[in-house]
Amino acid sequence: MRISLTLNGRATTASEVDPNASLLDLLRDDLGQVGSKDACRQGECGSCTVLLDGRLACACLVHAAQADGRSVLTIEGLGPSEGLTDLQQALLDRGAVQCGFCTPGIVVATLHLLERTPRPTEAEVRAALSGNLCRCTGYQSIVDAVLDVAAERSDS
Amino acid sequence: MTVTTETREVGGQVGAARRHRDGVPKVAGEFAFASDLHRDGALFGATLRSSLASALIRRVDVGPALRIPGVRCALTHMDVPGRSTYGLEIPDQPVLAADRIRYQGEPVAIVAADTPALARRGVAAIAVDCEPLPALTDAEAAILPSAPPLHPDGNVLRRIEVRHGPDAWLERSDLVVVEGSYELGMQDQAFLGPEAGIAEPTPDGGVRLDVATQWLHVDRAQMASSLALPEEKVHLSLAGVGGAFGGREDLSVQIHAAMLALRTGRPIKMTYGREESFLGHVHRHPARLHYVHATDHEGRLRWVRARIVLDGGAYASSSRAVCLNAASTAVGPYRCPAARVEAIVAYTNNPPCGAMRGFGAVQTCFAYEAQMDKLAGALGLSPVELRLRNAADEQDELPTGQRFGRPAPAARLLTRLSQHPLPDMPLGSTFSGEAAAASQPGDLRRGVGWAVGFKNVGFSAGFNEHSTARVRLDADDSGLIATVHTAACEVGQGLVTVQEQIARTELPVAAVHLHTADTGVGNAGSSSASRQTWVTGGAVRDACRAVRRELVRSVCELAGCAEDDVTLDLDGARTPESTIPYAEVIGGRPVEATRVFRPPRTEALDDDGQGDAHFAFAYAAHRAVVDVDAELGIVRLVEIATTQDVGRAVNPLGVEGQIAGGIAQGIGLALMEELVLEDGQLRNGSFTDYLLPTSLDVPRIRAEVLELGHPESPYGLNGVGEPPTIASTAAIAAAVRDATGASVARVPIRPEDLVAEREHSWSP
Repeated sequence: MRISLTLNGRATTASEVDPNASLLDLLRDDLGQVGSKDACRQGECGSCTVLLDGRLACACLVHAAQADGRSVLTIEGLGPSEGLTDLQQALLDRGAVQCGFCTPGIVVATLHLLERTPRPTEAEVRAALSGNLCRCTGYQSIVDAVLDVAAERSDS
Repeated sequence: MTVTTETREVGGQVGAARRHRDGVPKVAGEFAFASDLHRDGALFGATLRSSLASALIRRVDVGPALRIPGVRCALTHMDVPGRSTYGLEIPDQPVLAADRIRYQGEPVAIVAADTPALARRGVAAIAVDCEPLPALTDAEAAILPSAPPLHPDGNVLRRIEVRHGPDAWLERSDLVVVEGSYELGMQDQAFLGPEAGIAEPTPDGGVRLDVATQWLHVDRAQMASSLALPEEKVHLSLAGVGGAFGGREDLSVQIHAAMLALRTGRPIKMTYGREESFLGHVHRHPARLHYVHATDHEGRLRWVRARIVLDGGAYASSSRAVCLNAASTAVGPYRCPAARVEAIVAYTNNPPCGAMRGFGAVQTCFAYEAQMDKLAGALGLSPVELRLRNAADEQDELPTGQRFGRPAPAARLLTRLSQHPLPDMPLGSTFSGEAAAASQPGDLRRGVGWAVGFKNVGFSAGFNEHSTARVRLDADDSGLIATVHTAACEVGQGLVTVQEQIARTELPVAAVHLHTADTGVGNAGSSSASRQTWVTGGAVRDACRAVRRELVRSVCELAGCAEDDVTLDLDGARTPESTIPYAEVIGGRPVEATRVFRPPRTEALDDDGQGDAHFAFAYAAHRAVVDVDAELGIVRLVEIATTQDVGRAVNPLGVEGQIAGGIAQGIGLALMEELVLEDGQLRNGSFTDYLLPTSLDVPRIRAEVLELGHPESPYGLNGVGEPPTIASTAAIAAAVRDATGASVARVPIRPEDLVAEREHSWSP
């Protein structure tokens, strides 16, 4: 199976893709983009969260063929070429990164939240994160990092 | 999280709040976890696991797998080059099952193929001829003399009897006596990063393994035995670890991947899927505990009797040590002149149980704290008051006869905790979304619960407890550069950050490099038991001090001055004559030192269960506030407040993370997390069915960190990682009891249990 998509803004083609592959398999195994993590394959943990045509999706639940001709944004495409986004920096400052396995998915999900809802309440942040499991932090530091960024962005 | 310690910035040294050293690649998605590793030319490994919990194996035929094009190798127990079994404490677990299956998920054969999908096809093609046997899945039944033995020495994996205080003190007359039975389900570590590694043959005839683990050297020792290789030909290096919590202390892919690599001569990558991860690592021991507590009429404990039965599952893992912890902590951080404790861990046909955060102390805390609340109720005392009357001082003794020692902060933690105001959120405000729609305001009740927990830090009972660090000093125009090399595993807890802080505390360095943890340096012990900052931190400190002394001697030789005349500044060594740049002092000869750090010695328990088995204890107190819909059995957390003595917060940001994350796991055990087994068969081995706390389940945590200083540790620090998980579960259970009047004798608290008890209490 041959699949062409726009990955992080660049036209990308993969050939000989396993017909059973998910978008996550395509990203990790065929395209070598391993920033999106594989932890449950059931859309429960959010470790593989990507933007598919601007909408949040668990890459493990999307068939690779469904991504053909579409635009996919992953953790690899979200940051500036040098340095970190304000959200990534805030996660570090708040101690919201421990093992870090959930972090790429959480960065994608929360940047998406802040684009749509620039000044979320704590309840809105928690609701937006509810599809991303984190086993290390207990979430509060992640929530606080997102609220910090929202406050800083609205001040500037 | 609201934290009330002050944050200090002192040049990245011990005590400064420091961001995770690995944080930048982790937030950028560039950090390589074990499952992200790639090798050109690698084959992919897969494991055939038993679908039965108990069976005799008649024949395993890998022929059909080998006939699939692209399947390169399929191995069984006949192909294990060396010792056919492995294990942390007792080598009782087959590398690959030979004639007997003892749990569902037990590995039977391994396959290497060109792709992961082909490897799975190969596994599916292997023909196994089995005779199913009845599964022995009840720990109490398994230890009856009539039960069929699952291992040659029977099903009692360990039994500890603790006899503390004379028999005459155990009378009942004129005492307040309460009794209760308690049960805990099987919790899983549920780390997100799956078990994974890459094994490669090395030119010396050995094997190299990059793997996610907690303890490189114990992996190596077990691998070497089963591979029939000398240890120096088994090279391990730590790959990125996506959480551990005890579940990576036992082997997973290690021997299997190495066997396939040695047989095929190719690199082998193995990664577990989620269901295989649930089957492929040990779990927290389910437990049944029966307690009788007796106090005088002022509420002072006179004696405790306890019987603790832990389900160890099919193989020993670290069960013997878990049993020791359960026996040691059986009464809690309380003064009690007499105790009789029987702690048993049994072999069954359930999945093997071993290390998980809290390690035996979680189970006892749930039970003894329930008993303390029962006593408070019987005596008409508040839960806090009863605990304060019994809180142990440093001179008091555990039931094992060991003194609690300094700092023994139970009373202080509880007093501080009780001074926090209760949350002002209105009743029911946490019932949002679907729960709010279903709940009637009149059914909502608020409850407050208290618990104090404690646990030993580090390895106990005479274990050769130590860690090793090598520190090298180089210099360039920027100044001194330290390279710290240990085998201690960063599993997300922030150990690499702490090691850098210690180096910056001891040495005036411009930069600190951390060598990847590997077996090229001495044993560090496991990243478990809340021990690594203490023990490896101590080794790093001592190695830094050794290279510092060496550096000062070099300066003295160069400048012809006395050691007392030398001051080491960031920009160079200052002597009475001049400041000498470090590049000049060191020249081309880096200064290097390796040091082994040992905490105080411990001893095994004697036949009466008496002995100084532990070198330190760590404590935390928790207060849970819950709202419960008593009609629907739904529990929502309003707040968890905690006070914890951390000795000294080496990295306050890391301490906060351990506290919040540990509490989240305590919440999981209290309210939702349980591996459900029926006849030894796992019914919920997925993240869809094994429920983990989400951002909507973990409330805001109010944490107060006390730094009381431990007298025998480096920098006065104490273990931090486990105490948050110990008493948080017990506090939530207490809060639900307070809200509903239900007995809550079992965790996780299932809605149907609360509803059933309510309906039962209404029946005539």
